[in-house]
Amino acid sequence: MRSHRTAVKFLVLLGLATSAQAGVLPDDRTDILYHQYTGGGVTIDGPSVLVRKKAGRSLSFVGNYYVDMVSSASIDVVTTASPYTEERKQWSLGMDYLRGNTTMSVNYTSSVESDFDANTYAFSVSQDMFGDLTTLSLTYAYGADVVGMRGDEDFRRENTRQLYGVGITQILTRNLITTLNFETITDEGFLNNPYRSVRYVDGGGYSFERELYPNTRTTNAVGLRARYFLPYRAALEGEYRFFTDTWGITSHTAAVSYVHPWHDWTFEVKYRWHDQTGADFFSDLFSRSEATNFRARDKELSALTSTTLKLMASYEFLENGWSFIDKASVHFSADLLSVDYDEFRDLRGLPLIGDAPLYTLEANVFQVFVSFWY
Amino acid sequence: MVMLKSAKVVLLLATMLGMAACGSIEPWVKPYERDRLADPIMFLDAHPVSTSYIQHVYEAREGARGGEGAAGGGCGCN
Repeated sequence: MRSHRTAVKFLVLLGLATSAQAGVLPDDRTDILYHQYTGGGVTIDGPSVLVRKKAGRSLSFVGNYYVDMVSSASIDVVTTASPYTEERKQWSLGMDYLRGNTTMSVNYTSSVESDFDANTYAFSVSQDMFGDLTTLSLTYAYGADVVGMRGDEDFRRENTRQLYGVGITQILTRNLITTLNFETITDEGFLNNPYRSVRYVDGGGYSFERELYPNTRTTNAVGLRARYFLPYRAALEGEYRFFTDTWGITSHTAAVSYVHPWHDWTFEVKYRWHDQTGADFFSDLFSRSEATNFRARDKELSALTSTTLKLMASYEFLENGWSFIDKASVHFSADLLSVDYDEFRDLRGLPLIGDAPLYTLEANVFQVFVSFWY
Repeated sequence: MVMLKSAKVVLLLATMLGMAACGSIEPWVKPYERDRLADPIMFLDAHPVSTSYIQHVYEAREGARGGEGAAGGGCGCN
């Protein structure tokens, strides 16, 4: 989904841009990751490489190179379009500047694919307060996208995006740390996917026509996390997020995770649950052509419930260092994702109106990555 | 009108008290008591590349976005 893809790039950037802790620069490290997503007829895989290095006591630089190689015969593609392959390349550069208890960060990200370009600029400032028990963080980001369409070289649409974020991380006891984040994101421009269609009743059957989204969207999200150190050296974390937007989507997301170290190994298990209402202008089947001002049949805008079980194992090696490397670790993780759609129906097999079952997605996400600290 | 004035005064006093309190807050978790919080298993974002990637997956498959960041650790590790 086009608007989701742009938002994703935007937030991925921010994840890397705001990862610095106030009062202390992030560790020098390199991560080399391979990711693979398979499910619903879609395979997406590729590498991600992150390098972070300090320069003196006040500066830290970070660079990230990320690739998505997509092979898609998804439910949408099978129903209304043709399978395709695509590649997206993204790179970002950032810098953190530490002065006293304040860290200022800037970051630039560029994402390029055959029919879509995105550029994002982010700035954040973090301040440690009250004996380093509290960290306050403010973030602003601006993104500009250019949307194209395969088969139509004259098609060119633009959209812009702004993010305002406030976060506070608070140490409550010697065993408990919490963080509260609030983010508002505004989009303006061409927000729908030029390839996607909606379905409407046509005679005794149905036909398809182009989607049409509003040109603006504002989303608000507030998230709370708390991580607790258990008496026998393990960690328990709980998360909750509430989300609402001007398209009529409201969601609740909750997760609980448990981290257990054992010798040189660290094991993590996490269960995540997400439930959302659909957008006001979503319908699996409109009553007629151009039935409403705005219309969508993107399954991500449908009411849905998703659950994920994550299993992760990490092995630490080179604890005593080797050459310029201080330590290293290798990580394996599997996320088993299941999505039940409450409104989006499966049209494969060309069912008659009313006969189509609700769609269900099962996907597996695997990651293998190596981290070096130096 | 009187109630509005009273509310403003109460708000002002509360703000002043809050600011005064902030100025004199003593860290109730001392730096030497933060060894557990400095343990890597307590890091809110120990693997930023992996976290970014999995958020990317969720945001592509769901209608929600944002609100999941972490504003540093404040663990006093330095």
